[in-house]
Amino acid sequence: MQAAGLSKVVPLNETSANGTPGADELVILQDISLKVMPGEAVAIVGASGSGKSTLLGLLAGLDTPSSGQVRLDGADLFGLDEDGRAALRARLLGFVFQSFQLLPALNALENVMLPLELAGEAAAANRAAKMLERVGLAERLRHYPKTLSGGEQQRVALARAFVTQPKLLLADEPTGNLDAATGAGVIDLMFELNAERGTTLLLVTHDEAIASRCGRKIRLAGGRIDGEA
Amino acid sequence: MLRLALRMLLRDWRAGELRVLALALVLAVGGVASVAFFADRVRQALTREAHQVLGADMLMTADHAWAPEFRDEIVRRGLQRAESMNFVSMVRAGNETLLAAVKAVTPGYPLRGRLRIAPGLNLPDADTDAVPPRGTVWLDERMMAALKVRPGDAIELGRARFRAGAVLTLEPDRGVSFMNFAPRLMMQLDDLPATRLVQPGSRISYQLLAAGEREGIRQLEQWTRARLGRGERVDSLDNARPEVRAGLDRAQSFLGLTAMLAVVLSAVAIALGTRRYTQRHLDGYAVMRCLGAAQSQLFALFAWEFLLLALAASFAGCALGFVVQNLVAWWLAALIPGTLPPPGPAPVLQGAATGLVLLLGFALPPLLQLKEVPALRVIRRDVGPPRQAALAVYIVGLAAVFGLLLWQAGELKLASYVFGGFAAAFGIFAAIGYGALQLIGRLGRTGSISWRYGLANLLRRPRANAVQIVAIAVGLTAVLLLTLIRGDLLDAWRGRLPPDAPDRFLVNIQPEQRQTLAEFLERNGVKRLQTFPMVRARLVAINGKPVGAEDYSDERARRQIEREFNLTYLSELPSENKITEGAWFGPEDLEHGAVSVEHWIAERFGIRPGDALEFLSAGRSFSAPVTSVRKLDWDSMRPNFFFITTPALLEDFPASYVASFRAPAGDALLTLRLSQAFPNLTVIDVSVILRQVQMVMDQLIGAVQLVFLFALGAGVLVLYAALLATQDERTHEAAVMRALGASRAQVLAAQRAEFAVLGAIAGLLGSLGATAIGWTLATRVFQLDFIWNGWIWLAGPALGLACIVLNAWAGARAALSRPPMAALREVI
Ligand SMILES: Nc1ncnc2c1ncn2[C@@H]1O[C@H](COP(=O)(O)OP(=O)(O)OP(=O)(O)O)[C@@H](O)[C@H]1O
Ligand SMILES: [Mg+2]
Repeated sequence: MQAAGLSKVVPLNETSANGTPGADELVILQDISLKVMPGEAVAIVGASGSGKSTLLGLLAGLDTPSSGQVRLDGADLFGLDEDGRAALRARLLGFVFQSFQLLPALNALENVMLPLELAGEAAAANRAAKMLERVGLAERLRHYPKTLSGGEQQRVALARAFVTQPKLLLADEPTGNLDAATGAGVIDLMFELNAERGTTLLLVTHDEAIASRCGRKIRLAGGRIDGEA
Repeated sequence: MLRLALRMLLRDWRAGELRVLALALVLAVGGVASVAFFADRVRQALTREAHQVLGADMLMTADHAWAPEFRDEIVRRGLQRAESMNFVSMVRAGNETLLAAVKAVTPGYPLRGRLRIAPGLNLPDADTDAVPPRGTVWLDERMMAALKVRPGDAIELGRARFRAGAVLTLEPDRGVSFMNFAPRLMMQLDDLPATRLVQPGSRISYQLLAAGEREGIRQLEQWTRARLGRGERVDSLDNARPEVRAGLDRAQSFLGLTAMLAVVLSAVAIALGTRRYTQRHLDGYAVMRCLGAAQSQLFALFAWEFLLLALAASFAGCALGFVVQNLVAWWLAALIPGTLPPPGPAPVLQGAATGLVLLLGFALPPLLQLKEVPALRVIRRDVGPPRQAALAVYIVGLAAVFGLLLWQAGELKLASYVFGGFAAAFGIFAAIGYGALQLIGRLGRTGSISWRYGLANLLRRPRANAVQIVAIAVGLTAVLLLTLIRGDLLDAWRGRLPPDAPDRFLVNIQPEQRQTLAEFLERNGVKRLQTFPMVRARLVAINGKPVGAEDYSDERARRQIEREFNLTYLSELPSENKITEGAWFGPEDLEHGAVSVEHWIAERFGIRPGDALEFLSAGRSFSAPVTSVRKLDWDSMRPNFFFITTPALLEDFPASYVASFRAPAGDALLTLRLSQAFPNLTVIDVSVILRQVQMVMDQLIGAVQLVFLFALGAGVLVLYAALLATQDERTHEAAVMRALGASRAQVLAAQRAEFAVLGAIAGLLGSLGATAIGWTLATRVFQLDFIWNGWIWLAGPALGLACIVLNAWAGARAALSRPPMAALREVI
């Protein structure tokens, strides 16, 4: 995966949406370029508000940049239309939102089954149940998101991202709500995937321990890449 | 507290939280206010319009000249006055003479409605505000033709000579009465003395006409009634022609029911709006609790916020209502001649009160519920207000709606019916909707992923889906009722006067004339001649107890009992009659003799099936038991009889015959030839009245249709609110599915299955509801024949689907046209 010259600029208030650039605009990301090789594990760190979530969204094609390019598995992400990007996501990507984004009308199992069902997978229920078991939620299959704790919801979101066995997994603070032991278990799971199937990992995290388990660490500050280790 | 509430209101407004609710309120208040404004004004205008049939708002008739005190009183009260004198006299023109019904009028006559005149026979006619100029008389078509005069020719009446002026084509107040069988001559009252026709002992009817604002007329009527002497009477609309009265009643019922429909629909829209608002505010509430706010403090805060909202929205709604009704009144000016009376302040109050009561009725219960929301909700999202309380508190809202209905209907029975009807409809809709969801959700285990996923989704939120089904079904019921069924109802109403309704009546046909008369009419192209025998008899005793005027306090009953009734005998029930009590003559009755009594007479004289009636005719008396009570169709324009007996009973009493028929179009002289061939016959020509009834009815219907538009708006609003309730959820769902890699087609397909079922169920329920209400209205309220409409069963589901597809499209579009991140950011 390769990103070149990614920038994200948003108007500060509605009235300046089509006004002159400059004064009334907020530059969230500026000229980000990075390259991630298949099978790599990359941590993205930085202060709150430095643009980590925005960058991750752009890399997954969930958001569109003001300028710049992202190439994913050889395809130009923003050369495609929304449907094209969605198809690419279905084929390659798993994404864990910082705010989970579970569907409230579906129970845990159904939430996890959803991407499989969308891909027309036959044994969806089985695979989803297994994945939930692996994140320690075997007992909560039929529970609805609003009855689950924050950490449990986060694990459902993780299971939903893992269940399709994506080539590229993007996770926005996947352990933010978890205790040390559970968090470690989840991280182990991700690195297992990384090792077993060569899944590329891109994690946003504040946890130095997790960051140091990744091969690379990219630091964001004020919307720019501030350094790489 | 107030300032904080105001600030919260502004914040919520800015964040777009209140827009739905505010819109629902503004439209509800605006709708109710304009219906009230409008109904109020139309009612006034219609009443005035209907007064055309009197030619005045109040008509006083006497068999002698009115004392000056009566005439002066009208002017003294600042009302308009006109006078007329009616009598029958011979008229001569050249060698021709003819008996004419003369009407001498003062300028200004008629005070309501207008005369129409034409410059010559068979020339187009036009309205006029004038009366015949001095020295001139206006003749109707029959008279012009019979006397063979043209405008300008000389006419002799009594000792005076006149010039024939215009052809009088329409008199708004020309009713069916035996005075009118003769052709009309109209002249100015001041010309009358010159004819020397007014002599002591001449049979003249003196009329005083008054018109003016409602209150003045009411007081004048009171004043006059208290001073009436022998041979004097007052006619107001209540005892004017029954067919117009019936039309007016029907129009007023239509208006009242429409306004009630608007109230109920507004209530539903507001209930949906508050539901959405409180759902979205549960979190904020819990957070504020965490921040240390006391329950009572929060309650007061929200209550104030809602009160401010209700006031602002009511104000805007009333303003909207006022503007709209002015527009409508302006448009209606063409439809209803004369200016509409100005609106009173009542509609504004009614609109504002409606807004306040509805919002508080529906918002307070959820707010009270919010009080119960534990701070824990911030941490555990499933902790909501206690469930069982939900139903209990909605009773407040329902009570509010019932109160408004009661106010609108003005009577407990009607309000209870409407309320009960809607409550039942809601219950049935909910039950059927919920059941159907369960059934389809369980059956739909096959098919494509998207299809299965969508159907399974139906069961995942059965409660919310059932609510949506009910709301959409109610909205559709209103829309279908006000479009398809409305047309059918109005057609049924219009259809009361078939185009071939008889327009001529023949009275006093002698038995031996029947055959030759029938042949004569057939030669002249008359079809559908109907003849009835007629025996005149007085009702002398009920159940052996003699009856007389002194037994009744009702003025009309007294008048009636002193006169002879026209009885007929038949073995078959006339088609326009409906039995309301008892049964029509059976073989037994036909053998022994029985009577069927008209409903209104039965009520007035306290006659019930089983009573024995004794009549006196030509010195002979006969008696028979009452076996049935009938309702007549006063609109039918056919000879109607208060009493019908079995043939055996009356056959050997001296009878004359009455007949009705439809004159062939374009034969203006038929009546004349008829009276020449059968001089003893009385010919009553009601074609002019028919034409006029039709005109009044068309105007009534036009006005009623306009009021429908507002209720229709409320119905559409309900649909909108119902759809909006789930829009956010749809958007979120679509965005998450997109993030998970679902294609546009997949997102749409998954929702399509769900929506197809929801829309079809709601649509079918809507069709069912509209048909049921239409049927009830037609048969129970308006006594019309219900016309079954097949289209409705297609239109309902089609509209239901269209609504939901639109909703799905709007919900999904937010997620489909933009990057998922943008959509997600918006709904969270
Ligand atoms: N659509 C938008 N409109 C306005 N501001 C935005 C928008 N999206 C992001 N921002 C702003 O851009 C900045 C970066 O946001 P982002 O969510 O990427 O931060 P982050 O690094 O993930 O922070 P955190 O660690 O707190 O999650 C923030 O200041 C945020 O307010
Ligand atoms: Mg973030």
